[in-house]
Amino acid sequence: MKKRPMSLLSRLLVVMALATAAAACGSDSDTTSADTAATGGTEASTATSSGATTSSASGSESSEADEGSGDGPTVEPGTSVAAIRDKGKITIGVKYDVPLFGLKNPTTGDIEGFDIEIGKMITEAIFGDDSQVEFVEAVSKNREPFIQDGKVDLVISTYTINDARKEVVDFAGPYYVAGQDILVKADDDSIKGVDDLNGKKVCSVTGSTSLTNVQEQAPQADVSVVFDKYSLCVEALNDGRVQAVTTDNIILLGFVADSDGDLKIVDNPFTEEPYGIGLKKGDTELRDFVNDVLEQSYDDGSWKDAFDRTVGQSGQEAPTPPPVDRY
Amino acid sequence: MDVIADNLDSYLGGIAVTLWLSVLSFLLAVVIGVVVATFRVSPLRLLRTLGSVYVEVFFSLPLLVWALLFFFGLPKVGLTYPPFTSAVIVLGTFTGALVGEALRSGINTVPPGQGEAARAVGLRFWQVLSLVVLPQALRTMIGPLGSILLALVRNSAVAAIAMSVDDLMWRSDQLATSTAHPVEVLTGTFVAYLILTVPGTWLVNALARRYRFTR
Repeated sequence: MKKRPMSLLSRLLVVMALATAAAACGSDSDTTSADTAATGGTEASTATSSGATTSSASGSESSEADEGSGDGPTVEPGTSVAAIRDKGKITIGVKYDVPLFGLKNPTTGDIEGFDIEIGKMITEAIFGDDSQVEFVEAVSKNREPFIQDGKVDLVISTYTINDARKEVVDFAGPYYVAGQDILVKADDDSIKGVDDLNGKKVCSVTGSTSLTNVQEQAPQADVSVVFDKYSLCVEALNDGRVQAVTTDNIILLGFVADSDGDLKIVDNPFTEEPYGIGLKKGDTELRDFVNDVLEQSYDDGSWKDAFDRTVGQSGQEAPTPPPVDRY
Repeated sequence: MDVIADNLDSYLGGIAVTLWLSVLSFLLAVVIGVVVATFRVSPLRLLRTLGSVYVEVFFSLPLLVWALLFFFGLPKVGLTYPPFTSAVIVLGTFTGALVGEALRSGINTVPPGQGEAARAVGLRFWQVLSLVVLPQALRTMIGPLGSILLALVRNSAVAAIAMSVDDLMWRSDQLATSTAHPVEVLTGTFVAYLILTVPGTWLVNALARRYRFTR
C-alpha cells in the first residue's frame, strides 16, 4: 500500500521529463513556424498600410533618399527589410566582451567596437539614422538560436562564416577577414607559430572555430582548458595555467593593449577567419540589403572610418575590405 | 536529434566525469560537514562560532563566485591547483556547509535524554556524538543528505563554466557551439542530467523508507 503512490509519482516524473524533452526538441520547428506566421502578418499589414496611404509611404521614402546618400541601398516596400523598418527597431546580437569589436563599457554602459559600427551603418541604411538600433549580448553558443527564434534580426559578433553554421543560418559579408594567431607572455620565446603549440597547454573559447583549428594544425596541443570568455583564458595565461591563448588576431590585439606589456602576439597567423553577419536562413532580401550596405560602405569610405575609429586604435592599419560573398 | 546520436561518446564521457566529480566532492563535503556540525554542537563557544561563520559564509556566497574566486584568485598568491582538484575543493567546501547544517538539524532530532544518558554513564563528548547521537541522527538524515547530493550533481555544472573541467556541461558547451545546434545539444544534456539524478532520487527515497524510524 505504501509503495504505490511513490512509484506512481516517479512514473509521473518520468512522463513529465519526457514530455518536456519532446517539447524542447520540437520547439525549434514550432518557433520557426510561429515566427514565419508573425512575419507574414507584419508583411501583410505593411502591404495594406502602404496600399492605403501610398502618398505618405512614398513620401517618407523619398525624404529618406534625400537625407541619405543618393546611391545607397533603398528599402523596397513589402520586403523583410521593410518589415524591420515598420517594426520601428532593429535588434542586433553583438559581443560584450571582445575589445575593439564589441565591448560593453562597464562604467558608461556604452557598447563600442567595429561590429557595433557596422550595426549602426546597417541601421542607418534602414531607418535614416542609427537611433533605432538595440544591441543585445550574443555569446558564441546562443547566436544560432537567437537568429532562428527571431530574438535578433542580425548577429554581428566576430562570427566566422563556416559550413556547419551555414546549414542553420545565412551570412551576409564577410566584412572583415581575421586570422587566427597566438597570445603568449611577453618573455616567452618558445612559441613562434602554430607548430610550437604541440605539447603546450592552449586556451580558447568553448566550441570556437579557433579550438578546432588548433586541434587540426597542432594535434599534440593540450586544449583541455576552455572558457566561455576570452577574458578568462587571458587570466589563465597570466596565472600560468596555460602557455598560450589562441583565437583571431584582432581579438588578441585588444588584450595585448590592456596588458601593460605583459603579453604579446606571436604575429604568425595560421588561418583565415571571414567575419560574416548572421541572419535568418532563407531571408535573401535582408541578406542582399546588408551586402549592399557593406559594398556601399567600402566605396564611400565609411567602412575605413569605422575601422580606424575602433580597431585602428590598437595601431592596426585598415586593410582592403574583403569582397562580399553572395553565395 | 542526429547531433546527440553522433556525439554519444562525448555525452557518456561527460556523465562519467560529472559522476566522479560529484562523488569525490560529496565525500569531502561529508568530512567537512561532520567537522562543522560537531563544532556547532560543541560545548566550546569558540568552536561554535567558527562553525557558524563557516556556514554563514557559504550560505551567502553564490557558488559561481566562490568557484571563480578560488580558481583565479589563489594563483595570485602562488597556489595553483589543476581544474579537477579545484572543482572538488570548491564543490566540497560549498556543499560541506549544507551537509553540516543537515547533520546539525539531524542531531537535534535525537531526544536530549539520549545524550544526557550517555554522559551519565561516563562517555566523553566525542563518544556521545559518535556512538549514541550520530547513529540515530543519520537515519533521519538520509533524505536531506540525498537531496544535497543530488543538488551537488546539478551544481557541479559550475565546474565547467568557471574551471574548465570537462564534465557533462563542458561537453555540452563544446558541442553546442561546434555543431551550431545548441538547442538539440542542450536537450541531450537535459536528458543526461535526468539520467544522473532521477535514479538517484529513487534510491534516496528507497533508502529513507528502509531506514526510517517506525515510531
